[in-house]
Amino acid sequence: MDSAAHTLEFEGGWLRAALRFIMPTVRRLLGNRSFTIGASLVVFVLLVACFANVLAPYDPVRSNFRLRLQPPGAGHWFGTDHFGRDLLSRVIYGGRLSMEIGLMAVLATGVFGTAIGAVAGYFSSLDGVLMRLMDALMAFPTILVAIVVSAMLGASVTNVIIALAVATTPHTARIVRSSVLVTREMQYVEAARALGAGDFRLLFGHVLLNALAPLIVRLTYVFAIAILAEAVLSYVGVGPPPPAPTFGNIIAGEREFMLTAPWAMIFPGLAIIVAVLGLNLLGDGLRDALDPRMRI
Amino acid sequence: MLRFALKRILISVPVLGLVSLISFAIIWMVPGDPAAAFLEASASPEAVAALRHELGLDQPFYLQMLSWYGRILHGDLGESILLHRSVGTAILERLPVTLSLASLALAFAVLMGILAGVLAAMRHGKWTDQSIMTLALLGLSVPDFWLGIMLIFGFAVGLGWFPTGGYVSPSVSFVGWARCIVLPAFSLGAAQLGFISRMTRSAMLEVLGQDFIRTADAKGLPRSAVVVRHGIPNALVPIITVAGIVAGGLLGGALVIEQVFSLPGVGRLIIGAVLSRDFPVIQGSLLFIALVYLSVNIVVDLLYAVVDPRVRLG
Repeated sequence: MDSAAHTLEFEGGWLRAALRFIMPTVRRLLGNRSFTIGASLVVFVLLVACFANVLAPYDPVRSNFRLRLQPPGAGHWFGTDHFGRDLLSRVIYGGRLSMEIGLMAVLATGVFGTAIGAVAGYFSSLDGVLMRLMDALMAFPTILVAIVVSAMLGASVTNVIIALAVATTPHTARIVRSSVLVTREMQYVEAARALGAGDFRLLFGHVLLNALAPLIVRLTYVFAIAILAEAVLSYVGVGPPPPAPTFGNIIAGEREFMLTAPWAMIFPGLAIIVAVLGLNLLGDGLRDALDPRMRI
Repeated sequence: MLRFALKRILISVPVLGLVSLISFAIIWMVPGDPAAAFLEASASPEAVAALRHELGLDQPFYLQMLSWYGRILHGDLGESILLHRSVGTAILERLPVTLSLASLALAFAVLMGILAGVLAAMRHGKWTDQSIMTLALLGLSVPDFWLGIMLIFGFAVGLGWFPTGGYVSPSVSFVGWARCIVLPAFSLGAAQLGFISRMTRSAMLEVLGQDFIRTADAKGLPRSAVVVRHGIPNALVPIITVAGIVAGGLLGGALVIEQVFSLPGVGRLIIGAVLSRDFPVIQGSLLFIALVYLSVNIVVDLLYAVVDPRVRLG
């Protein structure tokens, strides 16, 4: 093992060494059907979101009452809503905002979940307090937390992101903590400590790296949960306020016209399914390739 | 068993204390004055002051907290500002609706989920397995309220088999109740069904690979007997764990499903309270839901020992 590490270093430096670690994982990922299908779907949705201004045929918020509730047809592939706005354009732009909300929620959950989980797992003195607090938060259903927090703070895009982060952080913290608890006791960590590495360096340089795989998998699912939860928040009336479209508030805004214009609810719903299915498949693929222990 | 149960309940006490603190403190998340947030913008300062007094917001924080703990320890969840009645009574009145919805959804998700998962594991790698797993993943990816709307559209509006919403108590008409509850229960259970079937499949695959299954096969037992008598019982622990998580998902999902199907349950009470900022109802129902969830988890922990004698209670 030691000599292998030396040869690596002499043969091509750290880049080659890193590649030797990464390449098998990449190969495993590319050979995994869940991952490839999921990644393609997610990349597709993200690309559509990024290029919304190029792809959307119409302005998503401009109403045209002469074209109210038009069924899908040549001019409007997805039809129009009750303000006469083009639904395809709204779904495309809605994807942009929903993805932004989801990504920001993932980022916030990643940062807070990792920080709380790492501190709790590494510093035993804080473990009890932090984890009881996380347990208490987990005693409320995720969607209930998101609804109540968003409603209490007042409906806005930022508050929806905060609400989603509050709702998904406890479980993330728990996952990071359990990884840290295992890694903390490993010999290589002990070796690093013996070499004089401080807590900060041990935690961020050695221990947390091992929590990366389960964290990435969890955050992929958090992304999916965030998109579904945003839709629910919008539906019950505490989501991002209109007229800016999100997947959720397009559906919420059209529910009164369900009988006369079902397409206005069908297409945004299908868009949610594509995005969430992609993320779930991606999560499954990543889990199988990165973290076989979590395999289900 | 009794000792374990008591110990398990004791462990939950600190969490319970925190849960009630969070339920109480939620009112402090409102930017500005919660009393003013409840009333219209045009409300007079006197009206705001009166409501502040009613909610106890004019007292120092620690006194408010003490009085909250004092009340909940006596089983009093407070008084709704909007409904002018006890929060506890309002919840209890609506509980049968939510319970019947959630339990039907749970039964459906668990039974169908285990069946689908076992079938997928038995046909591992074949098209049956792949289609079941695709459907399960689809179930996990569909927003439950959207599925509900689509079901209303197809089965209630289109085919006219079910009402589009509303609730009939089973004591009034069992058939009427069943017709009202089938679509909501299906929409609520679909995601959980996907979750349980995936978990069952993986648990079964692990069990089916073990030596005692090979022995059972080798002594000539029919495959179905091997699976039912030796496979499923040994895969139950992870399945029950998931069923516990599912219970939380069902409680959360009921919030929005009751909204879609106009079911007068606890979920609608909470959403109504959240939208109108009826703080005592929000605080009381948060605590109530968390209590239910914690109790379900205690039951799940006890069930481990019942289904699997290898689990030691200590």
